[in-house]
Amino acid sequence: MFIIICPYCGERDQTEFSSGGEAHIVRPKQPTELSDDEWAEFLFMRKNIKGIQFERWNHSHGCRKWFNVVRDTSNDKIHAVYKMGEKPPINK
Amino acid sequence: MKNKYSIFSLIKNALSGHENWQRAWRDPEPKNEYDAIIVGGGGHGLATAYYLAKKHKMTNIAVVEKGWIGGGNTGRNTTIIRSNYLWDASAGLYDHALKIWEGLSQELNYNVMFSQRGVMNLAHNLQDVRDLKRRTHANRLNGIDAVWLNTDEVKKFCPIINTSQDIRYPVLGGTLQKRAGTARHDAVAWGYARGADQLGVDIIQNCEVKGIKRDGDQVIGIETSKGFIKSKKIGVVAAGHSSVLANMAGLKLPLESKPLQALVSEPVKPIIDTVVMSNAVHAYVSQSDKGELVIGAGTDSYVSYTQKGSHNIVEETLRAILELYPIFSRMKMLRQWGGIVDICPDASPIISKTQVKGLYFNCGWGTGGFKATPGSGDLFAHTIANDEPHKLNAAFNINRFVSGDLVDEHGAAAVAH
Repeated sequence: MFIIICPYCGERDQTEFSSGGEAHIVRPKQPTELSDDEWAEFLFMRKNIKGIQFERWNHSHGCRKWFNVVRDTSNDKIHAVYKMGEKPPINK
Repeated sequence: MKNKYSIFSLIKNALSGHENWQRAWRDPEPKNEYDAIIVGGGGHGLATAYYLAKKHKMTNIAVVEKGWIGGGNTGRNTTIIRSNYLWDASAGLYDHALKIWEGLSQELNYNVMFSQRGVMNLAHNLQDVRDLKRRTHANRLNGIDAVWLNTDEVKKFCPIINTSQDIRYPVLGGTLQKRAGTARHDAVAWGYARGADQLGVDIIQNCEVKGIKRDGDQVIGIETSKGFIKSKKIGVVAAGHSSVLANMAGLKLPLESKPLQALVSEPVKPIIDTVVMSNAVHAYVSQSDKGELVIGAGTDSYVSYTQKGSHNIVEETLRAILELYPIFSRMKMLRQWGGIVDICPDASPIISKTQVKGLYFNCGWGTGGFKATPGSGDLFAHTIANDEPHKLNAAFNINRFVSGDLVDEHGAAAVAH
């Protein structure tokens, strides 16, 4: 449980948000060309990092907008928040 | 077996003031090389080592554990054991484990306090009723005991449940597996540790794995806080930290690690003599031999390695418990804790070879691994010893995420484990 600063609404409790998992997984541009291995990579394989993780969150009980969060999964400390489409403020 | 526990050893030691009990396992320094190394000294890892030594005669092996044995999820779960899973592959896997549980105390000469007090799963809406009835039929076809109970039968089996039809989520019935129950989680780790140690397995505690070394496609050893240890067979059973270890070997797994919470109440006199689980309202409860209510809550929705979990999750669970069991309304909760569980997209485990030769993973047990401990160890040992899966864990290979042949127990299992 922690506080997330929604880039649209400001400081809110984590319970207002839904986690969307790992960020920056690019949707395949030509799905018909994908091999089974590439599909598995896209659909299922996750970095599941212990440490600094880039992830998506949705303010589901607020403005309902999606955005990105940089969070340390070993202590739940949030290092940055940035909007969809923006460049991460911390190097990946 | 040296230091065999029996009524006579108990009397003998009682008469000498309990001062002459021998330590149950050694505390060795790691050798330079082993025939196999198991990473992770929880129940599954220790069971794997035990069966490798016992059934496959591999006695030059080690279990390395970063903390103390059984200090991870083995000591943090709610100790529920059952095998009423929907799909054939799962039924085979979990019932294999349940059958071993039934003779485990005798086999290990260690009382794991396995208690077949039954597990009841409640239905709260029409869809629950349909799903649970379907599962009951599937269980029976697989030779697993299961019965459907109507509301009155639920009340009769566990009288403290509120079966009033006026509550928010009324009880419309439930399923019962009588062979299911609980066991003493610590004893499982200790029993397997003692058994493995007596067969010559080195159990090395306080030894953290820092790296997994490969020579091309072949694994050759592990870098640890106690130095480099060589081995051409490495089995990783690291629960929540599986992805971290996979990363050391340059692999990626289909896992997400999340905190799962449990809590216990103050101890009271016997009030509930079975295990009751409810999927819809996510509450499950049993009573320990000490008298504490043992309550399982849900996982947080996000990846985290913090081993604590959020308050709102506990609150939701207790709210449901109070509605189902009004008699608990004034009980005080004593302790709350979290463990990190590694969840697969299909809520089924991975017991598998990997693309790296000699490197095996046993992970993805998510929120329900304890019940499978003996079976998991047995099948993982088979996989490591023969470099081939046993027919019972063939479906739980890592390649199913590429082939699409998933064992989808999400929602199909009796409860979110």
